[in-house]
Amino acid sequence: MSKIIIIGAGVVGSSIARELARYNADVLVLESANDVACGTSKANSGIVHAGFDAKPNTLKAKFNILGNAMFDRLSVELDFPFKRIGAMVLCFDEKDYPALEELYHKGEANGVKGLEILPGDKARELEPHISKEVVAVLRAPSSGIVGPYEMTIAFAENACVNGVEFLFNKKVTNVRKAEDMVVECADGTSYHADMVINCAGVFADEINNMACDKKMQIVARKGEYMLLDKTNGYLASHTLFQLPTKMGKGILVSPTTHGNILIGPTAHDMLDKENVSTTVDGLNEVYKMASMSVPELNKRMVITQFSGLRAHNVDGDFVIGESEVKGFYNVAGIESPGLTSAPAIGDYVAKDVAKIMNLESNPNFVPVREGIKQFSTMDDTQRAEIIKKNPLYGKVVCRCEVVTEGEIVDSINRPLGAKDLDGVKRRTRAGMGRCQSGFCTSRIMEILSRELGKDMTKITKFGGKSNVVIGRVKQ
Amino acid sequence: MIEKNLIIIGGGPAGLAAAKSAYDSGERDILILERENTLGGILNQCIHNGFGLHTFKEELTGPEYANRYVQQVLARNIEYKLGATVISVTNDKVITCVSEADGLVKYHAKAIILACGCRERPRGGINIAGSRCAGVFSAGTAQKLVNIDGYMVGKEVVILGSGDIGLIMARRMTFEGAKVKAVVELMPYSSGLNRNIVQCLKDFDIPLMFSHTVVDIKGKDRVESVVIAQVDEKLQPIMSTAQEIKCDTLLLSVGLLPENELAKFANVQLSNVTGGGVVDDKMMTNVEGIFQCGNVLHVHDLVDFVSEESELAGKCAVDYINNGKTESDYVELQTSGGVRYVVPQKISRKVDTGELKLKMRVANVFKNRRLVVEVDGEEIFSKKRPVVAPGEMETITLKADQLDKVSKGQSVVVCLKEV
Ligand SMILES: Cc1cc2nc3c(=O)[nH]c(=O)nc-3n(C[C@H](O)[C@H](O)[C@H](O)COP(=O)(O)OP(=O)(O)OC[C@H]3O[C@@H](n4cnc5c(N)ncnc54)[C@H](O)[C@@H]3O)c2cc1C
Ligand SMILES: Cc1cc2nc3c(=O)[nH]c(=O)nc-3n(C[C@H](O)[C@H](O)[C@H](O)COP(=O)(O)OP(=O)(O)OC[C@H]3O[C@@H](n4cnc5c(N)ncnc54)[C@H](O)[C@@H]3O)c2cc1C
Repeated sequence: MSKIIIIGAGVVGSSIARELARYNADVLVLESANDVACGTSKANSGIVHAGFDAKPNTLKAKFNILGNAMFDRLSVELDFPFKRIGAMVLCFDEKDYPALEELYHKGEANGVKGLEILPGDKARELEPHISKEVVAVLRAPSSGIVGPYEMTIAFAENACVNGVEFLFNKKVTNVRKAEDMVVECADGTSYHADMVINCAGVFADEINNMACDKKMQIVARKGEYMLLDKTNGYLASHTLFQLPTKMGKGILVSPTTHGNILIGPTAHDMLDKENVSTTVDGLNEVYKMASMSVPELNKRMVITQFSGLRAHNVDGDFVIGESEVKGFYNVAGIESPGLTSAPAIGDYVAKDVAKIMNLESNPNFVPVREGIKQFSTMDDTQRAEIIKKNPLYGKVVCRCEVVTEGEIVDSINRPLGAKDLDGVKRRTRAGMGRCQSGFCTSRIMEILSRELGKDMTKITKFGGKSNVVIGRVKQ
Repeated sequence: MIEKNLIIIGGGPAGLAAAKSAYDSGERDILILERENTLGGILNQCIHNGFGLHTFKEELTGPEYANRYVQQVLARNIEYKLGATVISVTNDKVITCVSEADGLVKYHAKAIILACGCRERPRGGINIAGSRCAGVFSAGTAQKLVNIDGYMVGKEVVILGSGDIGLIMARRMTFEGAKVKAVVELMPYSSGLNRNIVQCLKDFDIPLMFSHTVVDIKGKDRVESVVIAQVDEKLQPIMSTAQEIKCDTLLLSVGLLPENELAKFANVQLSNVTGGGVVDDKMMTNVEGIFQCGNVLHVHDLVDFVSEESELAGKCAVDYINNGKTESDYVELQTSGGVRYVVPQKISRKVDTGELKLKMRVANVFKNRRLVVEVDGEEIFSKKRPVVAPGEMETITLKADQLDKVSKGQSVVVCLKEV
């Protein structure tokens, strides 16, 4: 059987893996982190862009529009959170009105449906908390929001049950062409394949440059965010962008699929591609700019901050296709709208690779995946029923998000299950609420320790040396 | 639906004291719902000495103090459920509770006492920038890992915030062989008890740096260092004073917040100063028959005061079950001149509890002041205080004859004045 290696288990690698599972091939995903969705796919705005922002006739525009249209079906098929809530681009100054119209026309050229320009007062009827300064908005009803890591995990799980193999803590250090393609990892192992697909996010240039003479350069551009408590969810019902001006691209204010409010991101180029720390200046900028859109924002309601790195290709567009080296395929420079595009990229790349390699379709492919049953969103009848079936659903572990032991055990034991605290958090939301895991950390560590048969001192926050405790206390 | 006269949510010191006192006031149909597997609340992890000096006139550890109340509840055969988490409360007093043993159960109660305690303010709540690596804990989480679970959280520690839990953890970590390099406090004073500063820091030569904060956390997998800096009068960091301290652990003791998610479901009015409910002198909230006491109402410095306040709530809840709501005319208490809040926030004219205790916290450290209660500009109470500080709760006891001077429509102000 043909062998395919995918480097990187972000949303792009995972989507391609899932689509390739539709064919008879031996697919292996190599990921340097301890879990899927540990790179950019876990820290972004989570917007399913309508597509008015992308430059017409680029890959970004094409995959954005195609991807956006796939979300309604896909989110049901793979059971991940998605809501088509619409977006508004806020214009604060009459002088910038032409730029708003230009955006409208760009959207039309890209094929975005339902766009309309509304005067400020009309916009405030729909969004009562936006600033009095807003003079007009561009409204895009087809914009949506998605749980980015839930989506990535869903792709990966579905790929896994359909036979794709995932290996973690496999940092690729070399890719070379011999008789077939050889992929070498930092731990000394190496793997052979007929086709290598590079989905390494901000490191996709390094992977490309290992295999190809035609070099690539990807700049990591950091975006910082703040997340507000759910009680502030009433502040916005659309994703609220600011009209890009000479002052910059602006900061968005958006609901998340779980009802929090997200504000951000900044945009600063980084030399260190692993640096996802937040900064005082960055967070101040986020707060100040976001308050221009929604003046009522209150810093005291912030429950956490984070940042992600855009994989910005200096040439501007996505790079998708087999490189000059046969058997080496790039899916690189996938910055925003990468999340939106991921389903369409997965579909396109799998079909393209299948054609190149003459793959036959896999008759046993199961497209449907069922997620973890979420206690917090059930009604009381469903709750009573599930506790009867599995009493662990009666034990609430995370108070703030009302996550039960039943869900945590499921998150650990399902295909590609959680292995660390962050893994449990992203799969169940335990620890994501207002207390940010103050109460449940030790309980979740105990459950991980019990289910994985691992000592408490070996339990990590996110793999590597991120151990939570360092040993026993003195006796 | 199961009918009960009184349901108490939370089996910590507040819930236990309320239950005991409700029983002693004649009520027999009482149920305590507690989500943990033991009674006693947060005290179970506070294994240090210093509890109970007021109540029992002796120094007990947290678990010992809790156990005194647990024994009193057991002796009275008061019904309680463990591992039972209340997930909602409505304003018509329907409680939804889930547990492994009983599944989902709905109760209806004539009166409810919310005694759910508090939680710690997390890192996100104070916007510290930096790496999101392992090794950053709230002090209470570290306290649980060390004291209950028996695991060390780190070797070299910096503590941000000088709240009591942080101070106590500085000593605890030192006992366990860790090096506590500094306690860093944003304000020019501590929010903890003075006795804890002496016994937990001074006795171990741990530096306490006022008007400083953490501006960066460094480290890839686990904390490798933190950067601290002095702050100006507006509490903004002065970056030229930044210094890096090598450490593997950062503990945060930056404030406690009443756990009021359930109260919100029931439309209980909350104070944006205390974060707890707005109550009258019978500890009743704006929702008839729903009472609050302990840390869910306002964060206490000493558990003795929690017990005292909760005994009052228990007694008043029984009074409500038997006689309904007897009072409707309230006088709202106002604060000024450095008093940040006062609990209760409103009092009824007829006070059948005899004397009335007002509890309050001040907004800053003040020297040589008087705590004063004024009715329409006339002082009805005054008490000299050489020093008052935000970390220590102040109490005023008003006698019946002083209260007689208060009637509807008057303005009652609690304030600090120069001596
Ligand atoms: C601030 C910000 C906001 C954004 N907002 C949006 C948005 O609202 N809507 C939208 O559509 N898109 C958005 N995006 C873009 C979107 O998040 C990305 O396009 C998408 O997540 C990229 O996915 P990926 O799989 O390519 O990258 P990643 O998720 O980074 O995955 C790459 C993976 O490769 C692994 N890897 C790297 N090097 C190696 C190696 N040597 N060996 C093995 N594994 C390796 C990494 O560990 C990582 O898991 C945003 C991006 C940023 C940064
Ligand atoms: C981490 C921490 C450390 C502390 N250390 C000290 C100290 O060293 N010294 C000191 O004097 N004071 C300390 N305090 C303050 C101390 O908590 C109080 O003095 C006292 O314990 C408060 O009593 P309580 O009953 O109001 O709250 P708690 O003791 O917190 O009890 C509340 C109880 O309610 C339960 N509960 C809450 N919600 C629900 C629900 N929905 N369903 C069922 N049950 C529920 C909780 O599980 C808990 O057992 C500390 C507080 C904290 C948070």
